[in-house]
Amino acid sequence: MSFLYDFSILTSRIDAWLNSSMSPFWAVTIEMTLIGLTFLLGYAVIGLALVLAERKICGYFQCRLGPYRVGPWGIFQTIADFIKLLFKELIVTKNADKFLFNLAPFIVIITSFMAIAAIPFAKGLHAIDFDIGILYVMAVSSMGVIGVLLAGWSSNNKYSLIGAIRSGAQIVSYELSVGLSLLSVVILSGSMQLSTIVESQADGWWLFKGHIPVMISFVIFLIASTAEINRGPFDLAEAESELTAGFHTEYSGIKFAFFFLAEYMNMFIVSALAATVFLGGWMPLHIGHWAGFNKVMDFVPPIIWFIGKTSFVIFIIMWFKWTFPRLRIDQLLTLEWKFLLPINLVNILIIALIAMLGLHF
Amino acid sequence: MSAFTQYFVDIFQGVKSLLTGMKVTGYYFTHRKEIVTQQYPENRKKLQMYERFKGEVFMPHNEKNEHKCTGCGICEINCPNGSIEVISKFETVDGKKKKVLDQHIYHLSMCTFCGLCVKTCPSDALAFGQKFEHAVFDRKMLTKVLNQAGSVISKEVKE
Repeated sequence: MSFLYDFSILTSRIDAWLNSSMSPFWAVTIEMTLIGLTFLLGYAVIGLALVLAERKICGYFQCRLGPYRVGPWGIFQTIADFIKLLFKELIVTKNADKFLFNLAPFIVIITSFMAIAAIPFAKGLHAIDFDIGILYVMAVSSMGVIGVLLAGWSSNNKYSLIGAIRSGAQIVSYELSVGLSLLSVVILSGSMQLSTIVESQADGWWLFKGHIPVMISFVIFLIASTAEINRGPFDLAEAESELTAGFHTEYSGIKFAFFFLAEYMNMFIVSALAATVFLGGWMPLHIGHWAGFNKVMDFVPPIIWFIGKTSFVIFIIMWFKWTFPRLRIDQLLTLEWKFLLPINLVNILIIALIAMLGLHF
Repeated sequence: MSAFTQYFVDIFQGVKSLLTGMKVTGYYFTHRKEIVTQQYPENRKKLQMYERFKGEVFMPHNEKNEHKCTGCGICEINCPNGSIEVISKFETVDGKKKKVLDQHIYHLSMCTFCGLCVKTCPSDALAFGQKFEHAVFDRKMLTKVLNQAGSVISKEVKE
């Protein structure tokens, strides 16, 4: 059963064929180009699909219809918007720091590109399988805030600077909670390698195997990662109503599109990470020793499982974005330092005890 | 209650109120009956309008072609962007000289629909209409005279 949907057979065959027909240097170059192109294409498709999904879901939550005119049910709306953004003029304000102003969107988008490389999409469909996968994703995704800070600073605009500084304060505090909540599963599975974590969930997802403490860390991860990717109700860095879009006020055209796409891709990465770590990644839903049930679940391809779980987490993130009002900066920091962090620390202690005594399934 | 128990009470109350909010939006998401969006150009014939909608300022006249405007000019003073001009004239009624409305001129092109004129009118002579398709090819057509030709002030209005 396990070989049924194994992508590593396909990839190793391509690798063998390339290596047999040319020198190893060119084989590696061609492989990297192929992977890069795949990610670029996936990036555009996922980004556009997420923007559309957000607008439709937001509309449904608010008793509206959402985009409805371009194509059936408005499915071509975001493509039309993207083409419009491509044709728009790139305006650089007079007193902006030109170099940093142009650099900032690239930092934001490149960090989200780097983070997506370590996400396991299916068995064998995994660009780089680090043994420190979680640490790598955390490190790279928190670098995105440098781009946000640079954008706010170089725009030479008070609103942008306020937005950027808020974003800095937010990331510094919420990064802790994200790390600690992921640590709970690292303790239980005994590995930071994402493929090992996925395989450790073959007989059940950590969300269910780890009792209530892992559920608590899942909820904390959702809250903290929402704050980390600057989405509502923690979107103080953008705050349309008070800061007029904050750090990307001065950006237009394709540079604005970069920020916009990076925001949605970060949401995808965070959801994919939550799905991988807590919900079993591409692993089908297996319940203990129910052999028949597990066999039926195995027939669904892993990529479907992965996309399904990721969409579920994305839906939850969108759900609370469109339910709760934006927090004030002091409320935001109180939530992190007074509530999430202490709960998380106690939670880690309990999980360490569970792991030591072998109380998990 | 000690600060320690208050801390845990805060956490549980916070989670409870968050779940209540998500329940409300979740209900709207799953019950797609009441959609407030109106697909305007298509449903133009059976467009549903609401009382509170501020389309344009108009002056209600009764069936005897009478309005309630005394020509006092309070609306003109209150209008923040000068879209109202009240032109009054003097008439001799029962041997007494009396100020009556000649023309109530309303510049729709300058109106921001703030509603100060309707709110401050002492005799309720002005009201908001439901018409909203104001696009015309000539700017002059946006300047309207609100009192109809030959209309007089209603007897009911006390001065």
